[in-house]
Amino acid sequence: MQVTMTVNGEEVTREIEGRLLLVHFLRDHLQLTGTHWGCDTSNCGTCVVWLDGEPVKSCTVLAAMAGGHEVRTVEGLEQHGELDPIQRGFMECHGLQCGFCTPGMMMTARALLDRNPDPSDEEIREAISGQICRCTGYATIVRSIRWAAAEQAGTRTTAEEPERTVAPADAPGPAVASASGSAS
Amino acid sequence: MTTVAANGHRTAFVDNDGKPNGHGRMLRKEDPRFVRGRGRYVDDLQLPGMLHLAILRSPLAHARILSVDTTLAEAHPKVRLVVTGAMLAEKGLAWMPTLSNDVQAVLATDKVRFQGQEVAFVVAEDRYAARDALELIDVEYEPLDAVIDVRTALSPEAPVIRDDLEGKADNHVFDWETGDAAATDEVFRRADVVVSQDIVYPRVHPAPMETCGAVADYDAVDGKLTLWSTTQAPHAHRTLYAIVAGLPEHKIRVVSPDIGGGFGNKVPIYPGYVCAIVGSLLTGKPVKWMEDRAENLISTGFARDYIMRGEIAATREGRILAIRTHVLADHGAFNGVAAPVKYPAGFFGVFTGSYDLEAAYCKMTAVYTNKAPGGVAYACSFRITEAVYLVERIVDCLADELRMDPIELRMKNFIRPEQFPYRTKTGWVYDSGNYAPTMELAKQLAGYDELRAEQAEKRARGEIMGIGVSFFTEAVGAGPRKDMDILGLGMADGCELRVHPTGKAVVRLSVQSQGQGHETTFAQIVAEELGIPPQDIEVVHGDTDQTPFGLGTYGSRSTPVSGAAAALVARKVRDKARLIASGMLEVSVADLEWEKGSFTVAGDPNASVSIQDIAMRAHGAGDLPEGVEGGLEAQICYNPENLTYPHGAYICVVDIDPGTAKVTVRRFVAVDDCGTRINPMIIEGQVHGGLTDGVGMALMEMIAFDEDGNCLSGSLMDYLIPTALEVPDWETGFTVTPSPHHPIGAKGVGESATVGSPPAIVNAVVDALSPFGIRHADMPLTPSRVWEAMQGRPLPPI
Amino acid sequence: MQVPAPFEYQRVGTVDEAVTLLDRLGDTARLVAGGHSLIPMMKLRLANFEYLIDINELHDELGHIRVEPGLIRIGAMTRHRELLESDELAAAFPIFRDAERVIADPVVRNRGTLGGSLCQADPSEDLSAVCTTLDASCVIRGTDGERVVSMEDFHQGPYETAVGDAEILTEVRFPVRPRGSSAYEKVERRAGDWAVVSAGAALWLDESGLIANARVGLAAVGPNTAGIPGIADALRGQPPAEELWARAGDIAAESCSPATDRRGSAEYKRHLARELTMRVLRRAAARINGQEV
Repeated sequence: MQVTMTVNGEEVTREIEGRLLLVHFLRDHLQLTGTHWGCDTSNCGTCVVWLDGEPVKSCTVLAAMAGGHEVRTVEGLEQHGELDPIQRGFMECHGLQCGFCTPGMMMTARALLDRNPDPSDEEIREAISGQICRCTGYATIVRSIRWAAAEQAGTRTTAEEPERTVAPADAPGPAVASASGSAS
Repeated sequence: MTTVAANGHRTAFVDNDGKPNGHGRMLRKEDPRFVRGRGRYVDDLQLPGMLHLAILRSPLAHARILSVDTTLAEAHPKVRLVVTGAMLAEKGLAWMPTLSNDVQAVLATDKVRFQGQEVAFVVAEDRYAARDALELIDVEYEPLDAVIDVRTALSPEAPVIRDDLEGKADNHVFDWETGDAAATDEVFRRADVVVSQDIVYPRVHPAPMETCGAVADYDAVDGKLTLWSTTQAPHAHRTLYAIVAGLPEHKIRVVSPDIGGGFGNKVPIYPGYVCAIVGSLLTGKPVKWMEDRAENLISTGFARDYIMRGEIAATREGRILAIRTHVLADHGAFNGVAAPVKYPAGFFGVFTGSYDLEAAYCKMTAVYTNKAPGGVAYACSFRITEAVYLVERIVDCLADELRMDPIELRMKNFIRPEQFPYRTKTGWVYDSGNYAPTMELAKQLAGYDELRAEQAEKRARGEIMGIGVSFFTEAVGAGPRKDMDILGLGMADGCELRVHPTGKAVVRLSVQSQGQGHETTFAQIVAEELGIPPQDIEVVHGDTDQTPFGLGTYGSRSTPVSGAAAALVARKVRDKARLIASGMLEVSVADLEWEKGSFTVAGDPNASVSIQDIAMRAHGAGDLPEGVEGGLEAQICYNPENLTYPHGAYICVVDIDPGTAKVTVRRFVAVDDCGTRINPMIIEGQVHGGLTDGVGMALMEMIAFDEDGNCLSGSLMDYLIPTALEVPDWETGFTVTPSPHHPIGAKGVGESATVGSPPAIVNAVVDALSPFGIRHADMPLTPSRVWEAMQGRPLPPI
Repeated sequence: MQVPAPFEYQRVGTVDEAVTLLDRLGDTARLVAGGHSLIPMMKLRLANFEYLIDINELHDELGHIRVEPGLIRIGAMTRHRELLESDELAAAFPIFRDAERVIADPVVRNRGTLGGSLCQADPSEDLSAVCTTLDASCVIRGTDGERVVSMEDFHQGPYETAVGDAEILTEVRFPVRPRGSSAYEKVERRAGDWAVVSAGAALWLDESGLIANARVGLAAVGPNTAGIPGIADALRGQPPAEELWARAGDIAAESCSPATDRRGSAEYKRHLARELTMRVLRRAAARINGQEV
C-alpha cells in the first residue's frame, strides 16, 4: 500500500506493507535513525516521536496509521540551525550517557514544556516514566529539562548547571578531616 | 600529583590564572551528535544489498533435536539462506570457544540446553521476511528433564546437560577455594559470636537499552571481513574470530560504533555474531542481525545467580575476626563467564570487604543448569557485586546480633589508613584507602543521627521506615599481565598519541565507550599532561583497524588501564617535546621548566615555547637536536602494576507502606572515593546510573524460570527496570584517595554504585522490618515478597 | 524488534463504515484503536488477523465526554489522556483521575482508548474495574443497530466480550446519582506495570446520610468481578464508618480468586483486595464530604 505523511514538516510518500511499524518506516525507509527501538512490548520508550503533536511510541503505531498525519522526530528538534533548549539542556546537565534513550526522552520533554512551561521535578519524572534510561539514573535528565524550562523562560541564573557531588569541605555540619592524599 | 578543587566544580581548561587545565567539569564532546539523533549505532547502518538475519530459538530448556526441516523456509520468496546446526557442523563451525575455555554451540546440533538457544538462522531480504520465515522451519524435539535448580544439579539422578563434553558424567563445572580453611575454622571455634545467613543473589540481566547485534560484510575479492558489532572488546573479539572462523587476523576489522549501553552484556561473543559472519560469507552480501528484546533477555549474558551461605565470627565487643562462605554458582548451560582465566569466580575473593580480618575462607562449586550462559555482567566488576553484597549483608546480620549500630560496627573494623597497601586474607593487595572520612561524610550528608531519631518516632506510631548502610571496596582495572589474561590475551592496553603540526592531536585507544564519555575523559587526560585544550584532541576508539590492541571496556578498567596509558603516552610525547624545545630555546633540557602547555627557560619567563610551537618545529624544515626524529608522536602498551581499589559509603532510607508492603526509596546518599577525579560531571553520572541499577536489583529485577526451564522474564513487561518514579534525587559526595601506582592516581568508578547500592537498599528494608523479627530477606524485594517477610516468612526467590 | 505477521490494513472514517466492513470480513478482521495492547500481541505473534481495521479516524465521532443530567457518556475512542485531564469527569467521578494516573504511562495514555481497554478485556485492566465500579453500560453497534449491555454482560471472561464479529463498542454510559463519590487505588511493582491488585469504590449516600449504595470493582484477582454485590448488601442503610470498610474489605477478599504469579502470591493479593477495598471506600466517603484522605 502507499502511505503519505508529513515528517518534520516535509511530505513523504512511500510504498509499504500494511504491517510496517512507524519506527521502521522512519529508520529504514526515511533513514531517520535518531528514533531508536529497545523492546517488543511498548515499555522502553526509546522510540518516542510525535504524532500530531503528541508523544507516541512509534514501535506500537503502524506507519499506515500515521498516513495523513504529522510526525516529528528528534531530527526535527533543531530549527534553523538552532538547537532546541531541550537539546542544550541535555548537554549542559549531562542528561545522557550512551545516548540511546535520549531522542525519545527529549521528544517527551519538549511536549511537556509546550504544555507546562514550568514543571516541577515530580511532574517531569511522571512525564518520562514510560521511558527507560539505563545510564543516568534520571536525576540529570530531570535537571536537563529544568534547565531548558528556565532557559526558555529567561530565568536561568547560573552560567552552568554544575553537578551536585559534595566534597568533605562542602558537607553540612562540623568539618571532617579530608581524606588522606586529597589535595584541596 | 594532580589536585582537585575542594568544591569539585571547577570547569575544565580554565583555572584561576587562565592556564589550560585538563581535569575538571567539561561538557561531553560526543553529545552534540547524540542530541541531534546522529549517534551511529549498529542498527543505524544500512549498506547496499544488505540482507537481514533472524535466529530460530529453542522453545524448550532441554531437548534432543530429532530433525530440522527447512524446506518451506527455503521456498519463501524473500529468503536467501537457511542454515542449521548440521550445516555448520560440516564446516566445523557448530561450536565456538567461550571466554572461559568452555565451548558453546553456535547452532545446536545434538541437543538444546536452554530455552532460547540458537537452533537455525534465516537470511532474507528484509527483517520482516526473515522473521516470517522462522515460522516455516519445522524442528522436532524429544523433550528431556530440565535441570533448573542449582541445588539439585549435582545429584546423581540429575540428567547430564553437557554430554557433548567427552566423559562428562555430571553437571559440575569447577570447584574453587580461596583463603585458609583451617585458620578460619580455628578463629570461628574461639569466637564469642558467630552469625550465619543464607543469602541468594538472584539471576539478573544488564538489559542495555540497545540490544546486541552486528552487521557482517565479507568482501570475497580482497578476503576482508568487516564486522560492525555491539562489542565492549573489539580487539579481543577480532582475535577470537580469527581463531574460530580461521580467517587471517589482518583481514578482520571489528568496528564498535556508538553503543547503546553495555554493562557487561556486550563482552562475550554471541552465536548471533558468528551467524552474521557465516551469513555474509555464504551470501557474499552484508548481513545484519539485531536481536529483539526477548532474545536479549533470554539468551545473552546474565549476571549473578549465586546461592551463598555467609558466616561471620566476632568478639562480643564487635571486633570482626573472620568470614567464611560457601557458594553454589549457577553458570547456565555453557560456562560463558567473561573473567580472567586464573579467576573462575572473578574477583569474588574480595568478599573480605573493607575490614581487617584475622582469617577468611571461601569454597565455591559451579554447576551447569538448563539456563542461559553468562554470569559476569551488569557492572559487577567481575563478581564483586556478589562479594560486597555478601559481606555487607552479613556484617548487618552481625550488627543485629550484637545490637550494635551498623555504622559503628563498620567503623570499628575498617582497615586503617596506615595499613595500606593492605594484603587481605585472600591475597588481594588494596592499593590505598582511607575509609573513616568517607563513612563520616556519608553519615553527615544523610543526617544519620536525626534519621535514627525519626525512625524511633515513626516506629512508635506504627510507621515502617528503614535506614541501610553499606561500605564497599572494589578491585578494578584488570589487570597485571602476570596474573590476568582472557584466553591467553594479556589485559594490558595500548595507546597512541599523535600531535599534528598545528598542535592539534589525535589519541587512539584500545578501549571502547558504551556511554562512559571516553571521547571527553581521554581528551582531558591528554590535555592535562600536554596542555593542549581537550577540544583540540580527537579521541579515536572502537575500530580495530585504527587503534592499538587492548582488551576493552568492562570491569571499570578504562580509566585505570587505558587512562594510565593515555597519561603515559602524553608524557612520552612531552619528553620528546622537551628535547625539541631545548633546541628551539638553545638551552639544555635541564634548564627547561614545564608549565601546562609550554616549556620556559628557568629564570627567563620570556624565553618560552608552547606545545603548538614545538609541534610545528617537530614537523617543520628546521634542524632538530641531534638524535631526535621528526614528528611528535608516541605509543605505549600499559601493563598495570596492580588493580585499583576505589571505595565508598552508602546510606539508604526507605519507607514501607504498612498496608501494601510497597517499598519507597526516599533518600539515597552515596559518597564515592575513586581517587583522582578527571571529570566530576561524568563521575557523578556514572554513580547515578549505578545507584539506579541497585534499586532495580534490590526491588524488582530478576530473571525467573519455571520448573520446566521456561524463562518468565523475557520482556521489559516482566523484567522490570526502574523508571524515574522509583528513584530519588541522588545525594552524592566524594573523598579523594589517589591510587599510588596509577600515573594520575585515578581508580575507576563505572561500577562502584552498582556494587555498593544493593546491600544498602536491602539493609534498609531489613532494618525497617526488624520489628517483625526479620534479619534477612532476599532480593528482589517486591511488595509481595516484603509482605511475606512481614508475616514472618521471608521466602528465597528461587 | 519483533514484528507482526502480514495482514491487510484498512482504515474507516465512520462507525457505519466500520460496521459494514466488519460485516463483510467476519472474524478474519479485528479493529485497532490505540493499539497498545493489540499491536504488541501481534508483534509477539500471539494474535494474527487477516485484516486490521484502523478506527483512529473515528475519534471525532467517538472521542467525547458528555456530561448530561443523570448520565455521563464517554465515547469509546476517548483516549486515556482525555479521561485523565477532564475536570468535568473528575468532578463527577474522581475514580477516573485516580485510575488514569496509574494506567500504563503518559506516552501510552496519549494513544490508548477507553473502548480499546474494555474490549481487550484483560482481567488486570484498570478501566474495566472502574467501569464495573461505576455500574456502567456499554453501547454496542452492529448492522442491526445499537444495543446496550451492562458491564456484567459485557465481560464474558478473560479476553472475551459481548461485542460480536460485526459489532463495535461505541460508547460507555455512567449513571450519575446524587451524594456520591468514588476512588481508585492500584498496587504495582513499578510505575507502568500491570496491577498486582487494583480496587475501585463508589459510594452513594441517601438524604439522611446513610449509605444508599456501594460498589467495589477489583482488577487482577481473577475474572472481572461484577461489583461484589455482597458489599452493597452489607453497607446499604448503614452510616459511613471505619468498621464498615473493614467488613467490606473482608467480603472483597472472600469474593475474589487471585492466582500466585510473578506479581505476588495469592495470599498477598487477597490481602490487597481487603486493604485496597478499605482504602478506596474510606477515600470515597471522605470525598463525599469534600475531603481527601
